Amino acid sequence: MTKRVHVETRINGREVDFLCEPGQSLLEVLRDQLHLTGAKEGCNNGNCGACTVILDGRIVDSCLVLAPEVEGREVTTIEGLAGPEHLHPLQQQFLEHAALQCGICTPGLIMAAKGLLDQNPAPTEEEIRLWLAGNLCRCTGYDKIIRAVQAAAQQMEARV
Amino acid sequence: MSSRAATPTPTALRWRPRSIEAFYRPLRRQLDHDSERCVQSQRGRPRPFLPRAVTRGGQIGVGESMRRFGYLAPKSVSEAVSVLAEHANVAKLVAGGTDLVVQMKDGVRRPQVVIDITGIDELRTLEERDDGLHLGALVRMGEIENHPLIIEKYPVLVDSAKLVGSKQVRNLATIAGNTCNASPGADTPPALIALDAQVHTLGPTGPRVVPIDQFFVGPGRTVLEPGELVTKFVVRKAAPNEGAYYERHTPRKELDIAVVGVGAWVRLNGETIEDARIGIAAVYPTPLRATDAEAALRGKPFGQAALDAAAAAAVAQSRPISDVRGSAEFRRWLVDVLTRRAVTNAVARARGGGPRAGETH
Repeated sequence: MTKRVHVETRINGREVDFLCEPGQSLLEVLRDQLHLTGAKEGCNNGNCGACTVILDGRIVDSCLVLAPEVEGREVTTIEGLAGPEHLHPLQQQFLEHAALQCGICTPGLIMAAKGLLDQNPAPTEEEIRLWLAGNLCRCTGYDKIIRAVQAAAQQMEARV
Repeated sequence: MSSRAATPTPTALRWRPRSIEAFYRPLRRQLDHDSERCVQSQRGRPRPFLPRAVTRGGQIGVGESMRRFGYLAPKSVSEAVSVLAEHANVAKLVAGGTDLVVQMKDGVRRPQVVIDITGIDELRTLEERDDGLHLGALVRMGEIENHPLIIEKYPVLVDSAKLVGSKQVRNLATIAGNTCNASPGADTPPALIALDAQVHTLGPTGPRVVPIDQFFVGPGRTVLEPGELVTKFVVRKAAPNEGAYYERHTPRKELDIAVVGVGAWVRLNGETIEDARIGIAAVYPTPLRATDAEAALRGKPFGQAALDAAAAAAVAQSRPISDVRGSAEFRRWLVDVLTRRAVTNAVARARGGGPRAGETH
């Protein structure tokens, strides 16, 4: 019964196709086949948010998406956030505010924060905290992360 | 108030280790077990460390148990029904995947065929028609919480949908998935019960309509026949003298599962509660429709006496269990408190005030 599935999709603005087992998650394909290792595997069951990517403009846990489901859709990972020449304001501000220690949760947090700022360019602290509730950080603590997101929002507002 | 006063202070955590060593013993046992298994796997072929979740059951490799199934992606409802009928007893539908994918990874469900219905646009309807609000099976929690019409006229749906998982989960999880997974503790069923939603299904024998309070038969089990799928939910059009509200208790604000959740709907005639419906999560093998509590409200003026009677009736109808989230006693106490709150806020909304959609804490 099991047959590999051919999937055509767009990842970080480029047409991509791959063969996968039906039971592979998007996260596994991103990391193991496409070598986009930015998205991390944390809990692998939708609790920690380390694998957050943007799917058709909405943040999702890529460990909960079956790889064949992304046929014809658009995926953005942390690798597609900014070009090779510069950092995205969120990346810049995470560095400025030392909003990471071990870094495992960081790609997920940045992608989740991008999803927030795309919808709401000037979120309140409470809005940021609630939005990022699905991203667990076990070493930095959330305060620096919240401040980095606020600073990135200001930086992006100023640029517009 | 007597029922509340009589209930002793709840104690959720019964285990009181006598020493710090005793406290850590189970954790150490688990760690020893995991590291042993990791070493074993490396004798065969070198592998990086894998978390326990993916090595469970002696299986090595991420989602190894998930690999062996066929995958079908029908593009229309009629095609979905025919492929589902063909594989009726061995197939599972995947809509959002936030329950099924996790269950497959854990080996709880092992379907031979997975039918991905996410590409069926017919199932994404979200509009108000003459007969009420039509919510397609694939409407996501994230869509409900942001939809201006739902926020304005059906805020109880926002109250409940906004509590499911995280933002990332709500952008995947669907209303039909939350219903068909049939968890007794799910948040949207009590809201749907409060609104008297009608579940529209389609199967090999044709379409049928099942009232939501008759849809569930047990934990994880519904009235759906093999080969039958949910196409949409229809909720009667909201009227100005009606209001509904859902609130749950959880230790953590987000990403938690209800210890108890109560959804209430009322229709007022002046000060009198003309009609009421109450749905309760996590106190019964299915989402519970608290018919006795409804009867206690019907035709009564809104006030302390009506609330006392409804709360007592709701407690009496609950059959909670004690588990990791709370003891049966604690749950009964929560049913009492949350029924009062839900009815009070539903009445406030019926009067044009009350909490804003989704602001339930």
